This record gives sequence, C-alpha cells and structure tokens, in this order.
Amino acid sequence: MDVDLSVRIGSLTLGNPIIAASGCFGYGVEYAGVVDLASLGAVAVKGLFLSEREGHPAPRIVETPAGMLNAIGLQGIGVRRFVDEKLPELRARGVTAIVNVCGTTLDEYVEVSRILSDADGVGAIELNISCPNIKAGGIQFGCSLEGTYGVVSAVRRVTRLPVIPKLTPNVTDVASFAHAAEDAGADAVSLVNTFLAMAIDVETRRPKLSNVVGGLSGPAIRPIAVRMVYECRQAIGIPIVGMGGIADARDALEFIIAGAAAVQIGTASFVDPCIWPRLLDGIRAYLSRHRIDRIADLVGTLDTRALDNEWISS
Amino acid sequence: MPIDVSAAVVSNRPLSADYNVVALAAPAIAAAAAPGQFVMVKAAPGLDPLLRRPFSVFEVLRDSGGAPSAVSILSKRIGRSTAQLYDLRPGDRVACLGPLGRPFALVDAGTEAWMVAGGVGLAPFMTLAETLRARGVAATLFYGARAAGELFYLDAFRSLGVDLVLSTEDGSRGERGRITAPLDRRLAARAAAAPVMLYACGPEGMLAATAKVAAAHGRPCQVSVERIMGCGLGGCYSCVIPVRGDDGRFHHVRSCIAGPVLMADRVRW
Repeated sequence: MDVDLSVRIGSLTLGNPIIAASGCFGYGVEYAGVVDLASLGAVAVKGLFLSEREGHPAPRIVETPAGMLNAIGLQGIGVRRFVDEKLPELRARGVTAIVNVCGTTLDEYVEVSRILSDADGVGAIELNISCPNIKAGGIQFGCSLEGTYGVVSAVRRVTRLPVIPKLTPNVTDVASFAHAAEDAGADAVSLVNTFLAMAIDVETRRPKLSNVVGGLSGPAIRPIAVRMVYECRQAIGIPIVGMGGIADARDALEFIIAGAAAVQIGTASFVDPCIWPRLLDGIRAYLSRHRIDRIADLVGTLDTRALDNEWISS
Repeated sequence: MPIDVSAAVVSNRPLSADYNVVALAAPAIAAAAAPGQFVMVKAAPGLDPLLRRPFSVFEVLRDSGGAPSAVSILSKRIGRSTAQLYDLRPGDRVACLGPLGRPFALVDAGTEAWMVAGGVGLAPFMTLAETLRARGVAATLFYGARAAGELFYLDAFRSLGVDLVLSTEDGSRGERGRITAPLDRRLAARAAAAPVMLYACGPEGMLAATAKVAAAHGRPCQVSVERIMGCGLGGCYSCVIPVRGDDGRFHHVRSCIAGPVLMADRVRW
C-alpha cells in the first residue's frame, strides 16, 4: 500500500512530516554530503537575526542523562547573508526551507520576516519566541501572552508565508500560548523548544556551560513534550509541529497521535545523522500495518475512552 | 564525503590502565582519511551516554593485499564513553562516522616537520608521520606525557625514521617538565633560513604554549584542537573556537568543519 505522507501547513505542503529542527542542522547545507536534503519534509534552519551574532563562548553543550544542555547563544550569519549565501543552494537542492526568525525587538522580527518574504525559496517562517539562552528578545516575547500575540500579529501583517511560532515549554500553561498564537493569525505552532536547565561540576563548583544555564533537549524531555502537544491539540485548530526527544519512528508516531501534524528531529540527528530514511520507513510501515492511507488521518487520534474497569466495580 | 558505518571492532589493545587502541573495520573511512581528520564514535547504543565522541584517526590499517581495511583510535579513559571504548571486545559494533574535518596541510621535503604531542594528543601524528616520511620529509616528534608509562608507540615512530624528543612531568623518561621547553631550545638553535613546520596536538594549555613558542621563533604552526563536540558535521555549533578572520576580527568558528586543524597564530587562546 502506498501511503500519503503529505502534510499541509497553511499554504505550504510538505512531502512528509519529518523536519530537521532549527538549531540542530546548521543551515542545512552542512549536511548535503550525508543526507538527501530533498527527502526531508522540510529543513528548519538555524535562527536568524538581522545581523551576524557570535553567540556564547565554549563550553556550549553538556551531556545529561538521556539528553543534553545547550547554550549556543544563537550564533548566526544574519538574514541577509543567509539569503545570499545559503538559500540559493537550498533552493537548488529542492529543500523546503523553514526559516527560524529571531529578534531582540518586535521591529527586528518584522524586518527579518519582511526580508525573507521577498526572497525566493522560503517555505515558511518559524518565529523563535522561545530561545532560553539569550538575554534580550526571544523568550521574553514567548513568556507573555501579550508578547506572543504581538509578535505573531505583527509578522502576520508583513508576510504571506506560513507563520509558525515556536513555543517555549517554560510556562505554566503552554496551551494558552498556542491559543494566543492562533488568535494572532499563526498558520501553525511548533513546540517544544528546550527546557531551561543547568548542570554543575561539583569538584570545581563551576557551571558546565559558559552561559551558566541552557536548554535541555533529547529523549529525557519527550514525555513532557508529548503531553504539551496533547494539551495544545485540545486548545487550538491550527496544525502543530511537535518535537522533543524524538529518536525513532515510534517516538514520532507518539507525537502525531497526540496531535502533531508534523514533527521535528534535533538532538537525535547529532547521534545519528543518517536517521531520516529510517524514520520515514518506520512511519510508512506503521501506516501500512494499521491500514491507514494518509498520515493526516492519524493526527490527534489518541483514544482516551475510559478503560474497561468493570472488574473494579463488580 | 563522510561515511557512517556500524564498524566491527577488530582489536582492542590496552596500553595502560587508562589508554587503549581500538581498531574498527571501516575500509571506506580508512581509504578516505587524511592525516589530522577525525571520526565521531559511539561505543555502544543507548541514551546514556547519548552523543558520539570525536577521535583523531590514529592508524590506517591495511589488509594482506595492502588495501585500507580499518582505522584505529587512541583513547584515554576519562568518562563513561571512553570507559565503554576501553571495554570493547572484538566483534562488538561501534557507530563510526568519518572522515571529518580539515586535515593537516602537508609540507614537502625541503621543510622539516616537527610534531608536538601532549598525552593522548599523539593520536593524529602516526598517520601524519607516515605520510610525511613517504614524501621524504625529515620529521621529529616532541612527545610529552605525565610519566614514562604513558609514552606509547615510540618504536613505531622510530621505525618510520622519526627522531624522538621526549619529556615527562615526573622525569621518569626524557626531560623533566613540559615538552615546550626542549622545543623552544631546538627552535632557538635552528638557523632561521632552515624551514620548519610545527604540528601540535594536545591539551589546550599545551597548544597555547606551543603557539607562543612558534610565534617567538617566527615559525608556522598548525594545531589540532579538541572542543566539546555535538555532531561533528557543523550542525550544532557546539565546538566553536575564536579564530581571527581575514577582516582582522575574531569569530567563533566550528572546529569540526573549519578545523580541527587551525593555524595557531589565528587562534585566540
């Protein structure tokens, strides 16, 4: 059985639901030698500001049980260099590029989005309002409902590209932020960004990251991320792009059943840069085995009917 | 193009209570590897430890017909990943991605190659020495370790015709102290007109000291750096090091793709 893996996000159609996560895949072109980039549903490139940024000093990552902390500090080449130097190659390779947009001010988000809208080859804008590792911008917007609404609606006004705010899990009720994003005109939301965390070298009493704190990713966070996707699915009608510790096809299916239309893979592709065909094959095999023709028919199909507990009452 | 293979362990030779050399059956990587390049290795499946670790290609091993058949890595047990590597047995499978990174720039026979190794920083110099000697380059290895028991593969370098200058921190073999002291003296004694290329690998403090000595004597120096690395492919931006660009300013470059070999005078130590 040939299954339909296509996913619609606003006006954008992805060939399949597997996306390389922003911040974990450079600008995509770094992987051209080891990955068939066009075989991915999309590539979410590293976050871009207007200007170049050097990011934090090393050490920028540290491993933790079943995960890792990072505090890169959004090092990047800036949106103009991206458009000039990276986007043409992505376009030539047939990549659907989701560009992660950062800002220290509302105006910067708008300006970066405007530049990308005028460029050729951008599939969608992912609004980074959730980076835990920079002092100004980002998570400041993503941690208030007004800030989230403000950024999304301002960018919405200047672009016809699909707008996908990337939400932080570092809030009490992530679903209310998804709701604010939907109200502001988002085409989808992506979640979760990393969990603010830290690790300490007890011998030296020094933080293990130069930035002291960083974001936790990897399989350790997956159950929390799945729960958050499930909560958002119940709160909004727009598509959800789910992520957080996905390392194999079953993990991806868990997010899809919880309510994600597509998923992103980050940390796992560090461990296994050739993970992509295995994920797609696993999803195809699952759909065939369950006689589901279209991946879209699996989204949000979690069965929460009460279990048969008659033996308790009898 | 890097290749990712599930490589069988051909052999695992302990050199001491902490050091070992693991040979991995990876013919395609062995055939493609250039001196100074590295592989990303995960010694065992599982989530803890999660990430791969970078290792210089130590040896390119050949089958009886002379074709490249395996690469070996020199490891020092310092954490859980290296403990897993230490305990590998022949036939075990290891995820091995490579060859990665920018290799050493080679010199021709008119220039002498002086390799400066600290501890496990010996790793990239076996293949470099082989390659340089095959080009007729006179080569010297300055090799420092904590103690005599941590100086390895001396006969292998000797048999390649490499001169050895040794030091140990405890004085149990060679000169007592840091390897940069004899390096400094020998550079001072060498005629300015006689070209030397320095190659260094080891702890960053040693690399910084070597860079300083090289600069003091006006000699070019290539260093192989090791920073905490997430992916080895340029995706994660973890392994950055400040390097002076053509604009005269320092920028964070990814040591996995801009390095691991860098010109020492460009690095801010």
